Amino acid sequence: MFVRLVDVSKRYGGRWAVARVSLELDRSAVVLLTGDNGAGKTTLLKIIATLQRPTSGEVELFGVRALDNLKSVRRRLGLITHQAHLYFDLTARENLLLVARLTGGDPQAVDGLLARVGLADRRSQLVRTMSAGQKRRVSVAKLLLQRPQIALLDEPFTQLDPGGVELMEEVVRELRGAGSLVILATHDIDRGKALADAHLTLAQGTAESLTKVAA
Amino acid sequence: MTFVGEVLTLVAKDLRLEWRSRARINATLFFALLTLLLFSFAAGPAQALQAANAPGYLWLALLLSSVLLLGESLRIELENDSLEALRAMAVDARALFVSKALTNALFCFLLGVVLVPVAVGLYGAEVKLGFPRLVGVVALGTLAIAAPGTLYATIAVQIRARDVLLPLLLFPVLVPGLLASVRASSLIMQGDPMDQTGSWLLLLAVFDALYWILCTLMYGRVIED
Repeated sequence: MFVRLVDVSKRYGGRWAVARVSLELDRSAVVLLTGDNGAGKTTLLKIIATLQRPTSGEVELFGVRALDNLKSVRRRLGLITHQAHLYFDLTARENLLLVARLTGGDPQAVDGLLARVGLADRRSQLVRTMSAGQKRRVSVAKLLLQRPQIALLDEPFTQLDPGGVELMEEVVRELRGAGSLVILATHDIDRGKALADAHLTLAQGTAESLTKVAA
Repeated sequence: MTFVGEVLTLVAKDLRLEWRSRARINATLFFALLTLLLFSFAAGPAQALQAANAPGYLWLALLLSSVLLLGESLRIELENDSLEALRAMAVDARALFVSKALTNALFCFLLGVVLVPVAVGLYGAEVKLGFPRLVGVVALGTLAIAAPGTLYATIAVQIRARDVLLPLLLFPVLVPGLLASVRASSLIMQGDPMDQTGSWLLLLAVFDALYWILCTLMYGRVIED
């Protein structure tokens, strides 16, 4: 089992952002995560990414307790969040080379990936000077470089132009085809359902349902 | 990637980022020079008093400027949650600390190297035991500032009142290291008839080792919790 959550809860002050969520998700699947603003989607993704500790409950990734095996599980995770997770005063190429060096990725693949996300002619441009959509494309290239076994995508279509959205959909399908588990949080439910195998709805931090999406 | 490999990669990244945003370094340098100048006004025209206090003024200027450098060095990591990105990539927290603290130590040291001749000229001080020894003290002293400075800057940068909090957290911890730095600098500048410099340098080196070991061990807790 790639992801196993048992009664996972997260409290901020007096408010429960995530409340007693239990679920099991395995490889080669796209799980659509939806819910209103503040429903706990981002918090749940960050808990699965081991970037936030749950207030209570168990998080198992790849069959091991995630918080006791941070290094080994994080090496197999990839993440796209609201924030670019990039250094704005480095170029797109320098950002990806940094990721390649730190994660054991292939530095030779960097230029090819930048070409694939449509940034071949902007590889030496500082990220700070790029548009929001171009920054998001660099994040997509970063995800492809990491080839994660669990990809956590928080509103991945935001800020992308139609070509970028198409690219993102292609990447999601490609990761799924390679055996990865993709958890996709989005408000674009129709687009998400077209990609997903299962649909998890959160409401006020609680998992309302995990249903199969009809093909 | 090995621990040393991670450290070197992150140091190279930090140096590149600092080079790209040189305005920050320039501003810190001017702040430090201005501080030295203000001390000379505060001490009045008595040349002997200024020369006698020169080591203290030098270290205070270096300390105050270092606080600016330290805060900024961590602010880069908070922009776009870059620190979170490094955590997500399974970068060793200790490598993260050592790289950031080394970069900070390097910049504080370079700042100190610039400030030493300025302080000597401005206050009419002498360096009786020679500049190389004084630069050696600056190296050890900036190592003492950089390790706890990086740890506390990481804590403070995540809090709303960070600009106030960093010096409040940092200065008490730095007292032993700062005291040893000032005393060793005084002896090197004003002469050391009782041969005490070695003892102060040993004390400073011991504090350096303590600061670096403890801060390296604690950094994982700071960024993960």
